[in-house]
Amino acid sequence: MPLVKGSRLVEDDYVRVLDEEPVPDGVPVIVPGKRFLADAAELSRREALLGVLWPNDRRVAELEPWLNRLALVALVFPKFRDGRAYSQARLLRERYGFRGELRATGDVLRDQFQFLLRAGFDSFEVKKPADALVFAKAAARYSVFYQPSANGGAPVLRRRLQSGNAPAVRPRETV
Amino acid sequence: MYLYDDFDRTLVAERVADFRDQVARRLSGELTEDEFKPLRLMNGVYLQLHAYMLRTAIPYGTLSSKQLRMLAHVARRYDRGYGHFTTRQNIQYHWIKLEELPDAMADLASVGMHGMQTSGNCVRNITTDQWAGVAPDEIEDPRIWAEVVRQHVTLHPEFSFLPRKFKIAVGTARHDRAALRIHDLALQLHRNGAGETGFEVMVGGGLGRTPFLAKTIKPFLQKRDVLSYVEAVLRTYNQFARRDNIWKARIKILVHDLGAEAFAKEVDAEWQSIKDGALALDPAVVADIAGRFRYPQYQRLDDGPPPLGEARHADRRFDAWMNNSVVNHKMPGYAIVTLSLKPEGGTPGDATAEQMDAVADLADRYSFGEIRVGHEQNLALPHVAQRDLPELWQELHAIGVATPNVGLVSDIIACPGLDYCSLANARSIPIAQEIASRFRNLDLARDLGRLHINISGCINACGHHHVGHIGILGVEKNGEEFYQITLGGKADADAKLGTLIGPAVPYAQVADVVEDIAAAYIELRARPDELFIDTLARAGIEPFRERVYAAR
Repeated sequence: MPLVKGSRLVEDDYVRVLDEEPVPDGVPVIVPGKRFLADAAELSRREALLGVLWPNDRRVAELEPWLNRLALVALVFPKFRDGRAYSQARLLRERYGFRGELRATGDVLRDQFQFLLRAGFDSFEVKKPADALVFAKAAARYSVFYQPSANGGAPVLRRRLQSGNAPAVRPRETV
Repeated sequence: MYLYDDFDRTLVAERVADFRDQVARRLSGELTEDEFKPLRLMNGVYLQLHAYMLRTAIPYGTLSSKQLRMLAHVARRYDRGYGHFTTRQNIQYHWIKLEELPDAMADLASVGMHGMQTSGNCVRNITTDQWAGVAPDEIEDPRIWAEVVRQHVTLHPEFSFLPRKFKIAVGTARHDRAALRIHDLALQLHRNGAGETGFEVMVGGGLGRTPFLAKTIKPFLQKRDVLSYVEAVLRTYNQFARRDNIWKARIKILVHDLGAEAFAKEVDAEWQSIKDGALALDPAVVADIAGRFRYPQYQRLDDGPPPLGEARHADRRFDAWMNNSVVNHKMPGYAIVTLSLKPEGGTPGDATAEQMDAVADLADRYSFGEIRVGHEQNLALPHVAQRDLPELWQELHAIGVATPNVGLVSDIIACPGLDYCSLANARSIPIAQEIASRFRNLDLARDLGRLHINISGCINACGHHHVGHIGILGVEKNGEEFYQITLGGKADADAKLGTLIGPAVPYAQVADVVEDIAAAYIELRARPDELFIDTLARAGIEPFRERVYAAR
């Protein structure tokens, strides 16, 4: 699975550890969520970077106490159509202030890149190599957005007022 | 009219480029149909029985004459010369070729129109009262709020892959003309005792297999909080609704399973943490949106100009049309004119390219270049000077949109049904045509008074059969078309779901059943002006049931 970070293809430094496997020393690991919660204190004492693979049907609030020890949270898109992790990403970034790596995993396709970036993801396990190669282009498809988003950028509602192109006539006040 | 600026235009243009790329990848095989499906759906493209179907949004039902001419052009250039206006203020083209879709969308984009989010599991076109801005009973123009919400949910980074579709409607008038309670989320403006205005928030309405009316979860929401509250509802829905079964994935099921109170609590907890953030609406932002709506420069006119009275006196047909299709405007001397797209023998909601062009011309001459589309699948000219009505009537009559049956038994709401739709179990259009033909005598139709018949060709309920005074639902039994009949549904401020009256009847008997129900009503009504729906409420469905099944 090609990994994209900062719009570039990169090597994945993390090792995925399954539920029953021993956790290797000295290398960055990504541990399944349930196992992480069971051993959180011990795991977070390790020297190397620690990541968690968090399922999309559990509240991310459960991770809150551990977020400052986590270098990475990987969220899951079991299917392209299943958008629960977008909400989890925004909550992690905007409510719980998570600043580590937020990775999209699973059915991650070209047409989601810009939504994912705007929801706060900054690394992507892209399903199709062809999609990974055009990441930068696909991520720049839209240049204007109506909403504030987790990756910064003022929404159109605000930018209009700042750009001075607000309409001259205001026939009705409504608020 | 809402005027697009460079931001809006850029977004629509980028959307066309995006879709053009997706179509190219589909045609080259780079995208599978499964991967392409959610992408095309989010642009309003369905694969139907015969061809691709393109659904184009008419946000809050307002069209300029220029836009309507473009809809005519698309019908002529890319389709078979007509379009179908839907129950959600959209227009559908049923015969589009995949290769030509990007060009059709580019043409639509040239007048600020698109199919963005007219289908797929995202927030759909926001609908409202088709008489917005001109109805005498409204507190303020609901389109401003529909537009604020529309912008916020367009290509929303968090809510573009929801469990299921999500329909929002906004109302600001005393009378509900937007069928608010059958929406996933509805906002109804009220004025409280202190003279402040705020929104009642209703969630969890929807028809389909498991119909529910929306429940109020917030009686009075400050306007500044509209976006944050909508966001909190959507976030709660996105995270917690079922995704394992598409029949259980709408918000109505989540609200029902949790209970409205528990759902409201969950939403409220979410809302408390975001209400004072970036989504709190600054009055300047709302004023900015409001300022992009253009209103006609009305003349100072008086109500009831004498020549109008003379014309009514002189021509009974004109008078009948006036009584049926013309209502009061908030400005003296003006009127709102409904154009019936339900002529005898026609397909409910269909308009030809020629009719669209002609209506656009008439809008320029008589209605400040503006046209409206309502959920009953009719059009309206919203700003007609009363003195012009006799002349306008002649023109509308000439193009076949002056049938004085608005709100009557032949003003039928119907989905495209098995004639077009791959989901349908049974035909809707010929049922509507047969009923309309039985009641072609307008004196009889007028005598029956207000009577809404809604027909759906399958359980998805696009024809809103649950909220028809008479609801007709097509089902399939052993390869044959049968129809279930419900009575007593309504979609107004006092919304109600209809009650099934008994076993389904075969295709050939549906119109007979409707005639029986009409005959029973005439016998049962207490006074000639007691409406069908009121007789039904008073007498109950039993006498109707007996009448229908006694002979069958």
